[in-house]
Amino acid sequence: MELFGIHIPSYGWQTVLGSAISGVFLGSIYALVALGLTLIYGVLHIINFAHGALLMLAMYAVFYLWNSLGIDPYVAMLIVVPGGFLFGYVLQRSVISKASHGRDEIILLVTLGIAIVIENAALFFFSATERSVRVPYDLDGFDLGVTFVVYPELAALGGSLLITLALWLFMSRTDTGKAIRAVAKERQGARLVGINVDHIFAVSFGIGTACVAAAASLLVPTYAVHPQIGYLFVLIAFTVVVLGGMGSFVGALVGGFLIGITEQLGRLYMGESLGVITISVIFILVLLFRPTGLFGQRSG
Amino acid sequence: MLEVRSISKSFGGLAAVSEATLTVPQGKIISLIGPNGAGKTTLFALISGFLKPDQGSVTFNGLGITNQRPHRICQQGLVRTFQVVKPFANLTVRENIAVAAHTRIAKRALALDKAAEVAARVGLEGALEQSAGALTIAGRKRLELARALATEPKLLLLDEVMAGLNATEIHEIVDIIRSIRDAGVTIFLIEHVMQAVMSLSDYTYVLNHGAMIADGEPRAVTSSPQVIEAYLGHGAAERIAAMAGKFDA
Amino acid sequence: MSDRARLMGWLILIAVLAIAPLFITSGRWIGFLEMTLFIAVLGQGWNILGGYGGQYSFGHAVFFGTGAYIQALLQFKFGWSPWITLWFAVSGAALVGAFVGYLSFRYGLKGSYFALITLAFAEAFHVLSRSFPSITEGGRGVQLALNQDPVQAISTFQFNFAGPFLKAYGFYYTIFAILLLTYWVTWWMERSRFGAQLVAIRENEDAAEALGINTFRVKMGAICLSAAVTASAGVYYVQKYLFIEPGIAYGPTKSVEALFAAIIGGVGTVLGPLLGSFFIHGVGEIAKEIIGPVFGDRPGVDLILFGLILIFVLAFVPRGLAGLLEALWKRKVGGRNA
Repeated sequence: MELFGIHIPSYGWQTVLGSAISGVFLGSIYALVALGLTLIYGVLHIINFAHGALLMLAMYAVFYLWNSLGIDPYVAMLIVVPGGFLFGYVLQRSVISKASHGRDEIILLVTLGIAIVIENAALFFFSATERSVRVPYDLDGFDLGVTFVVYPELAALGGSLLITLALWLFMSRTDTGKAIRAVAKERQGARLVGINVDHIFAVSFGIGTACVAAAASLLVPTYAVHPQIGYLFVLIAFTVVVLGGMGSFVGALVGGFLIGITEQLGRLYMGESLGVITISVIFILVLLFRPTGLFGQRSG
Repeated sequence: MLEVRSISKSFGGLAAVSEATLTVPQGKIISLIGPNGAGKTTLFALISGFLKPDQGSVTFNGLGITNQRPHRICQQGLVRTFQVVKPFANLTVRENIAVAAHTRIAKRALALDKAAEVAARVGLEGALEQSAGALTIAGRKRLELARALATEPKLLLLDEVMAGLNATEIHEIVDIIRSIRDAGVTIFLIEHVMQAVMSLSDYTYVLNHGAMIADGEPRAVTSSPQVIEAYLGHGAAERIAAMAGKFDA
Repeated sequence: MSDRARLMGWLILIAVLAIAPLFITSGRWIGFLEMTLFIAVLGQGWNILGGYGGQYSFGHAVFFGTGAYIQALLQFKFGWSPWITLWFAVSGAALVGAFVGYLSFRYGLKGSYFALITLAFAEAFHVLSRSFPSITEGGRGVQLALNQDPVQAISTFQFNFAGPFLKAYGFYYTIFAILLLTYWVTWWMERSRFGAQLVAIRENEDAAEALGINTFRVKMGAICLSAAVTASAGVYYVQKYLFIEPGIAYGPTKSVEALFAAIIGGVGTVLGPLLGSFFIHGVGEIAKEIIGPVFGDRPGVDLILFGLILIFVLAFVPRGLAGLLEALWKRKVGGRNA
């Protein structure tokens, strides 16, 4: 089939389904990365451009823990997630809040500056060579008929869902979670009832970074690490968040899966190179026609 | 000059303005009063093109302007000010007014000169080179007024231009508004400051919960029981009458 | 600062920039100046839309890359003269500006949303340029034929094999001329009715609209002008390096460098991008001198510094270097009058 001069191949439903399934696994990681981003937006109203760079940093951490100490990437989660939380907390408290003055484009620029510093520090210290982790089980898996699912993919899906559930429980059952939701809904009011808003901001940013650290652990077995990988993920994460709705957890999940599936199908039908344009296109279309996304709050 | 017919606007089920109708004749000062949240600013936004009405029409000088964009409406001679003033903070007072003057004047130098003239009309001639962000609230209100004037309007919509001013400042601005009317500009103002409403306006409309509840001469309107109740609550008119009766006896 | 004083300052600066290279024999330092002026032009392009108009774009590479590609492809595929293709490059980029602007402004995108959509457009163009090799040569990139005949140097707009003067200074004076032109346009814009309206939109779009400014049309004008200026840097790049490929054209590097120069130098001023470019490249050179011997020639040092400087400027010097100079001048002049 020809469309705009591009040859669109036709595939059997098994191939398409197989592609879609691998999109679900990919999408679960996107969802996890987006979860952190949407939390940060929902509470601080910051579009965190450094999110991708933080992911990259966490991936390097997981890599070096494996490389130098032989720690399995999934086990490394126990180290990088708290580490990520701390890093994010300090970053927000000491740098972002001090530099931002409130205007939303300025905050975006500050996070951009942070992203650039982190990315180039990584380039400087780790060089541009790709680093890969080899674990004994990374090619094992099981056959679904339409596609072969490797264990890391399964772990990614399971991990993402578990973490999302944990986060949801945290937000609804714990005091801190409730405080976060209060600050997200009504900043001034939360301050008036005695909530330390600055602390909550930093905690939220920390949780967002922790999510990204968890995603890093889940990604490393299948993705090679290099300094630019953050930039690739940033655009995808933004698309997921905008599609799902800024500040919506459900949106991040649904959006993640939708984007993952669309990307894989795009790759299938339009080729590896052009396939990824689906992400930019979706992003543009959502921003133009439904900026609040699928599950976001309608303002005004 | 201005005819608003049956204008309505709802936001998610809540009617902000319902079937408001009013007329502003040329050369007069007309006021719009009503308790907070009555929908007065929304009505201004509807008239000046910032909001699209769900139904109804706005006619200015015989031309329908109902769905036009604000800048078009301004170019035709209807300009509004904002309740929460919106100065161009990083520009000087003169530059602020000059931007507005550019609606009628193309050359920069001429616009800057015009700005100085208009500034003098509102008493800002001493502050021309000051940054707009550094002005006091009274200064900003005057700047808001000056900018609107610089567009050479036929009809000026003033939204609570006296809010936040002290008695002296109010007195001064009332004089300025009168001089603007005397120069041939029709004025339609939203105001809470009752003395100003009384002394300035020829006719008053009262809005409550989005609907017109009364209109007429300012003095008559403000002593109507319906209007008193709108401001002070249900039964207030009776209570006041009863109290007055007590003192009479 | 009065316009007369400003003009004087500019004339001195222009004279220095015009004559200085003649005293420099080191190719490395001429190259440094060329790169600095190149980024200064790129930054001014961004500045027109971002600094004056308040619409911060994160994907300005889309205009640079389009200008560069059109310049390269029309020569590569049809053998047209670079002096003709440049008009197409600049107007082609302006058209892309109109396209991006129409969509963004028609649908009311502002602030961070506008920044993000420009990023998406840059990425989309990146992918498109990589995916249609029949049109753009894809990932291979476009390699222009090197002209080795000194007689043809000017007609091919290539100075690598030219007479001694052009060989040493041809590209420098090219980018210098582009700088002069684009900065003069910005200077004029700043003093025009269009410029006043654009700045008003930046300060408060609602008020601007209420006062009779057709904000959509003014923003469209700004993005098209901005695109054209940015594309002129793309034209220079292609003539100097004779090569363009998707990553260079549409990658994040150009977008980021453009906004670095403008913001650090001072948004909304004519001098800003030039100052910003000199500052960051100067700091970059110093950093390389210091860090080089210790860590070797590893990439990334200068950008780390640029990022840190950006954050510092955003936090503490929001008006940038130009703003600092302005404040210093006021203090000096005020001091004399006191």
